[in-house]
Amino acid sequence: MENWVLILSRWQFAITTIYHFFFVPLTLGLSVFVAILETIYVRTGQEVYKRMTKFWGKLFVINFAMGVVTGIVQEFQFGMNWSEYSRYVGDIFGAPLAIEALLAFFLESTFLGLWIFGWDKVSKGVHALAIWLVAIGSNISSLWILVANSFMQQPVGYAEENGRLVMTNFWALLGNSNVWVQFPHVVFSGFATAAFFVLGISAYHLLRKKHADVFERSFRLAALYGTIAMLLVILVGHSQAQHMVATQPMKMAAAEALWETENPASFSLFTITDQANRRDLVSLRVPRLLSLLSYNRLEGEVKGINDLQKQFELEYGPGNYIPPIMLNYWTFRIMVGVGFLMFFIAAFALLRVIQKRALQELKILKWLPFAIALPYLSNSTGWILTELGRQPWVVYGKLKTAQAFSPNLTPGLVLTSLIGFTLVYGLLMVADVYLLTKYAKAGPAPKPAKHSVAEQAYWE
Amino acid sequence: MTLGTLWFVLIAVLYIGYFVLEGFDLGVGILLPFLGKNDLRRRAIINTVGPHWDGNEVWLLTAGGATFAAFPNWYATLFSGFYLALFLMLIALIVRGVAFEFRSKDENPRWRSLWDWCIFLGSVIPALLWGVAFANFVRGVPIGPNFQYQGTFLDLLNVYSLLGGVVSLLGFALHGAIFLSLKTVDDLQVQARRWAQRLWVPAVIALVAFTISTYVFTDIIDKSGINPWPVSIFAVLALLASGWFIRRKQDGWAFVMTALAILLAVTTIFMELYPRVLVSSIDPMYDLTIENSASGPLTLRTMSIVALIFVPIVLAYQGWTYWIFRKRIVEKADTLHY
Repeated sequence: MENWVLILSRWQFAITTIYHFFFVPLTLGLSVFVAILETIYVRTGQEVYKRMTKFWGKLFVINFAMGVVTGIVQEFQFGMNWSEYSRYVGDIFGAPLAIEALLAFFLESTFLGLWIFGWDKVSKGVHALAIWLVAIGSNISSLWILVANSFMQQPVGYAEENGRLVMTNFWALLGNSNVWVQFPHVVFSGFATAAFFVLGISAYHLLRKKHADVFERSFRLAALYGTIAMLLVILVGHSQAQHMVATQPMKMAAAEALWETENPASFSLFTITDQANRRDLVSLRVPRLLSLLSYNRLEGEVKGINDLQKQFELEYGPGNYIPPIMLNYWTFRIMVGVGFLMFFIAAFALLRVIQKRALQELKILKWLPFAIALPYLSNSTGWILTELGRQPWVVYGKLKTAQAFSPNLTPGLVLTSLIGFTLVYGLLMVADVYLLTKYAKAGPAPKPAKHSVAEQAYWE
Repeated sequence: MTLGTLWFVLIAVLYIGYFVLEGFDLGVGILLPFLGKNDLRRRAIINTVGPHWDGNEVWLLTAGGATFAAFPNWYATLFSGFYLALFLMLIALIVRGVAFEFRSKDENPRWRSLWDWCIFLGSVIPALLWGVAFANFVRGVPIGPNFQYQGTFLDLLNVYSLLGGVVSLLGFALHGAIFLSLKTVDDLQVQARRWAQRLWVPAVIALVAFTISTYVFTDIIDKSGINPWPVSIFAVLALLASGWFIRRKQDGWAFVMTALAILLAVTTIFMELYPRVLVSSIDPMYDLTIENSASGPLTLRTMSIVALIFVPIVLAYQGWTYWIFRKRIVEKADTLHY
């Protein structure tokens, strides 16, 4: 019989978490971007940077609000739907969550309040400091939540006592090697998300030859920001994949649709798999490339799904240890493919900037507003790969997802909340996109002194 | 004092911080339709809590995270057991937070009125549910073997817990009305004070009734490790005193008194619970206690160090922002950010 509480809880977690992560990366990157703009304004006193700060800041704030409120659900749903998980790992997993709230959430929320409402209440320098603290808070928050997530990927610093895990080394938790590939990957993806957001909206206005002073500067900065960020995302992503081969071989085998252990291992260009019968329907592979990607040399063994399944059965007892292969395979390819596309777009934009081309004449402009979708696609597929590829485990090698749900819940209860969250989130997304589009299209406040106080107040 | 007890106290402190701070911004949200007779006034009301509501809410996130870290069983049983109530609370807090941010960013009156409803309902529901939840902590809920909640949502609704809900709803509304009279001028201030006076009588009656019911209808006092009666009496006295200060137009002192009443009421409940964290109405052997719910010593020690360093820092900078925004809000459109 199907366990509907488990199935529905998984759907709810996936929907609420992916949704939450629509807003987080832009917060990570745009907070830093706005902080840079305001710092330039404070240092140079050029009015145009103040208008840039306010324009991008307003979009930042709209996005931030959505990230905050959907984050509340994240803090509570482990207990709500995953009580046995919470009991099993709370000793370890709860600590980074609490530290995240104490070190990061207070910082970002308090100083964002100061930043929004404090334009005429504190000095310019303190005001710029406020947005830096928001940026630092947001990015620290991603560190702690990834410390927590890394424990699920690669448990360290624990011992098992009376059927639950207890912390034995806090620094091992923080020094978990998974953290230090995952954290930079996530943060730089956030920077890239912001860069594409800024490039897209700037392109929209440059095409219409409006507010050139604001959007040429924004475009140039974002092209640089995006290129650096994407370069780092790809470099770190490469070592992250190598780390995955070493620590979660099944995730990599599934992401490569590699049934049999190979040495040297081939890389799949296009595969469609029939998972139920453990065979490929279509498979096109490049020899040696997977070994090269995994070890930076032309040979090296990469374990296949069948061997790993046997190995896990010996180690953990009978069971199915194969994650959904096609989902892993295609999310991995979409993430990587889109990532490279983003790198080339950003680098191309930067090239044009360096060549001092007239930005308003660039052919790429009309595509850039659509390119805003790219980072959202790669961010989401990246997380789907990370979390689905770990299945059937919720804590790798320690606790299966099927053992982690709350046994007291009924399918009706979970269905109620699943429908409720989905509906409310859907409606909020409509409102959020409406406001972002409205303010993005409206552009920055007109240059000062030409307009009445009331008009100025509306824009600010 | 053991580390477990220290964390029991610290979680009480986090809830107190949450209720004292978010209590008034929930109250302001509850009063929005009653005091906001036109759009400008509604904006002024929302702007009184504008810079603060988000930071206030983080106290709840921290309390939740700290419960997870320090008492995983408490976190797991409570949040899975109170599933539907918590779901409603989350939806309320979500739409409310977004509403603050989105409401004044479009001129359309229907847009604004929609978000005003979200602010109102998003404030009423948590204000009511917190009282219901805390009353149930004291009364006990059906917890069976293996720390599993065995009841339904309806088990959380009973005369005693609903009375608790009325106390928190009226209490936060009063706290919010006094905050508004502290933060506004002219007619809005007069109206806010009038609402504070109006709310004060039923709030006192509700708190007294709830306190008496606790002694009459629950066996918590017999089971409790500490007798909290002096604290509960002082909670009532503080609430009484707030009315006296409202009448004398000493809003600052009135606010201190409602804050004190909240602090003492929450303290009473935690004293009644001690050394338990959740009471089983089925059998005391199923109670969740500090001992059977707490994390290991390393987690508690680490968390203690982090908390002792950072809670004072948070208090300092949050307090500082309250100082920055100490000026009253006036009803002039070009001075309002929300």
